[in-house]
Amino acid sequence: MISLNVNGKTYRVDVPDDVPLLWVIRDHLKLTGTKYSCGIGECGACTVHINGKATRSCTIPVGEAKGKKITTIEGLPEDHPVKRAWIQEQVPQCGYCQPGVMMQVAAFLREKPTPTADQIISKMDDVICRCGTYLRMKKGIQTAVQIAGKGGKKS
Amino acid sequence: MTTSISRRAFLKASSLTIAVSVTPFGYTILNAAEKKDLKTFNPNVWLHITSDNKVTIYIGNSEMGQGALTAQSMIIADELEADWKQVQIRQGGAKDAFKSPLLRAQITVASASMRGFYEPLRKAGAAGRTMLIKAAADTWKVPEGECKAVLGTVKHEKSKRSLTYGQLCEKAAKIEIPRDPPLKNESEFRYMGKTMPRVDVPEKVRGKAVYGLDVNDSNVKELKGMLYAVIARPPAYGAKPHSFDRTAAEQVKGVVKVMEIPMGIAVCATSTEAALKGKDALKVQWDTGSLPDMDNAYIEKLMIADLDRQGVKVHEVGDAKKAIGEAAKKVEATYYIPCVAHVTMEPMNTTAYVQKDRCDVWAPNQNQTACQGMAAGITKLAPDKVHIHTTFLGCGLGRRAFTNFVPEAVMISKALEKPVKVMWTREDDIKHDRFRAPMTHRIQGGLDAQGRLIGWYHKTSAISIMKPVNPNAIKDGVDYYCLWGLWDVPDSPHWNDRIQYEIPNLYIEFLMADLPILCWPWRAVQNGPNAFAIESFIDELAHAAGKDPLEFRLQSLKNNKRASRVLETVAEKAGWGKAIPKGRGRGIAQHACFGTWIAVVADLSVDEKTGKVEMHKVVAAVDCGPVINPGPLVEQIEGGITMALSTALKEEVKFAKGGVATSNFDNYPLIRMSEVPEIEVHIVKSTDKIGGIGELGIPATAPAVANAFFNATGVRIRRIPLTPERVLAAIKEKKA
Repeated sequence: MISLNVNGKTYRVDVPDDVPLLWVIRDHLKLTGTKYSCGIGECGACTVHINGKATRSCTIPVGEAKGKKITTIEGLPEDHPVKRAWIQEQVPQCGYCQPGVMMQVAAFLREKPTPTADQIISKMDDVICRCGTYLRMKKGIQTAVQIAGKGGKKS
Repeated sequence: MTTSISRRAFLKASSLTIAVSVTPFGYTILNAAEKKDLKTFNPNVWLHITSDNKVTIYIGNSEMGQGALTAQSMIIADELEADWKQVQIRQGGAKDAFKSPLLRAQITVASASMRGFYEPLRKAGAAGRTMLIKAAADTWKVPEGECKAVLGTVKHEKSKRSLTYGQLCEKAAKIEIPRDPPLKNESEFRYMGKTMPRVDVPEKVRGKAVYGLDVNDSNVKELKGMLYAVIARPPAYGAKPHSFDRTAAEQVKGVVKVMEIPMGIAVCATSTEAALKGKDALKVQWDTGSLPDMDNAYIEKLMIADLDRQGVKVHEVGDAKKAIGEAAKKVEATYYIPCVAHVTMEPMNTTAYVQKDRCDVWAPNQNQTACQGMAAGITKLAPDKVHIHTTFLGCGLGRRAFTNFVPEAVMISKALEKPVKVMWTREDDIKHDRFRAPMTHRIQGGLDAQGRLIGWYHKTSAISIMKPVNPNAIKDGVDYYCLWGLWDVPDSPHWNDRIQYEIPNLYIEFLMADLPILCWPWRAVQNGPNAFAIESFIDELAHAAGKDPLEFRLQSLKNNKRASRVLETVAEKAGWGKAIPKGRGRGIAQHACFGTWIAVVADLSVDEKTGKVEMHKVVAAVDCGPVINPGPLVEQIEGGITMALSTALKEEVKFAKGGVATSNFDNYPLIRMSEVPEIEVHIVKSTDKIGGIGELGIPATAPAVANAFFNATGVRIRRIPLTPERVLAAIKEKKA
């Protein structure tokens, strides 16, 4: 039995230590906002926070997440500036990659609340969106910065 | 107005199945008893008004980010004169009434959702409004002409009375459905033409939207005890397994069953991770398949050589050979466009539950008609016992209209008598994709002494898209699916998918490449590769004629108002003809397909030392007739242009040993944020017939890039993608 802290709740799951955290989150905890797309950490659709750090859950074994604070898209507050900005700017098209992208953005903005355009691009150049919403993502990030600056909650 | 018995009976029967799903995603059909207090008015398949004053709209097209749910609902709600706040939108099931009048199937392809449904949906909403007004007039015993529908209520100004749609629905349900209800004038449109936020966005942002892969027993309670399956699939075309270790796989903890099915060897388990481990343990040995020598060089060589073979004449007007023979100037060029993969972010998957008297399929699909037919065939159930639940689609791109991911789950569920989810891994999804068909083109063109285009002789070879799927679709040796954008059959439901230029002597010939690679429509189908060849070649001709590429195009589009207008608009917006910074190149291209016209100007620079192409800006002008939801329309064009840039600069599927060598994003590079330039989209106001949008960003973009590359470097690129190696080689060749 492995004990996991996800979105502030404690879960106990009966899985071997080497199972990718992604499958535990999706299939065992039924938190399906975190997506499978590549399984090799290339696209970012499975990104969650582990102790506040953006982590690709498809390549980290669940054993390594024991005792740490895991946050998934469902645990990011509804009024989080990134969620609000993503709706305001209508970023998603198919939307499949976006929960992972948003988690990466949320962690990034906590580290760097007012990034430059170049910093945004270099930080976000490792995510893949097949619908091609990259320009909207950039806009969404800038809007999230503004919302946060006006006192929006930052998780 | 009398009400026929059969109409009453229909309403009564239909209320059993309609009364109405209130699960978040509209999957589970609730027992009518739970909703027995509600009266329902449903004049057609889309529209359900209930006595709680809710308007529920069911949409038969699939939602893959293109905004079909929102835009189609806007049309209905507008004509119904509903209050958007009272509207809830659901994904509909598989139903004959949802079949596209253009495509004769319930299928979301060919940018046809608006083309096919604009008028039917307007009529559907207007029928509801007319019947509600009549119900109110009958209630008040006043003439219908004195009553007016305003935002979900019918008002009688004179007597200051009003009734809500909810209050009127029981009475309206008894009124005869008008065949040709009066439609609104454009000036009365409340929603159409104004940007409305997409209804699917909030739940996608919250992580609550359910895609196919997310279906489980927490969102569909019937799936308790669901098994997870993955399938070991052949590594080469035509390869058969000659051995595998069943015992080793069955010994993996959680593995329940190993099954041979026609697609490969399925491993079913109580969890995804156990199924994956079980699949690894199979250690399948495969034979070499049907063409073990096939790799990229083999394909390209064969398809170029094809162009020397005799093909089948597709179209001929005048005498192109003769005109070119006598022309003042002749130009010839050969182009190659390789295979690209769909790589939807959500890999293929299906969940199926086959029971004795029903079959349920949860699939992120673009083709409900095919899903239902396939599942009915396997289960031997009547189609109305097969329930297709279309989830959100993690991208569609045409891939999900080929529903070969559905039968696997149905077969396994039927055999195991349990609900089963089959997941394709990313590797399965790429290696067993059906790619955009590779194409070669050889075009000869002739110019008269004034530099006017007088002859065009075009041979093209492609892998047939339809031959392995539906050989009957091949007409006299021609697979028109391969030719969209170059030529199409006269009665095509795709409207005007052909070369736009006015050419007095035109000849088109088709060859079918004999290769085992499986292909399928990929966003814009072959409009992409065909437009690349046509628009690159027209640029070469302009250069040979010593004319500006825009002027040269317009000269051969004199009677083509819509093509000319998008070209002129994009030229103006992009500052065509004005000076550009040194080292930069600008290229233009236009294309028409699916009833819409687009023109694109690309602006780039090339680092001649590294071979890297940097995009600076792309400007597009679009004429699609009436616009329903402008915001998402622009997003579709932006996304399509971005995807086309990816194919122009980066994408090519690799083959080896008779199979697909490309396996995942680490060896199939896709465009990233740093490579996407500013994109500007201009909508040309137009009252012409409504056209498609979802695929329109694709065709004109890659040729605009190649033309801009020529403008920047003087080097013509006739084969994409423009990878640094290819760019360096082309520049070196030019200098030599």
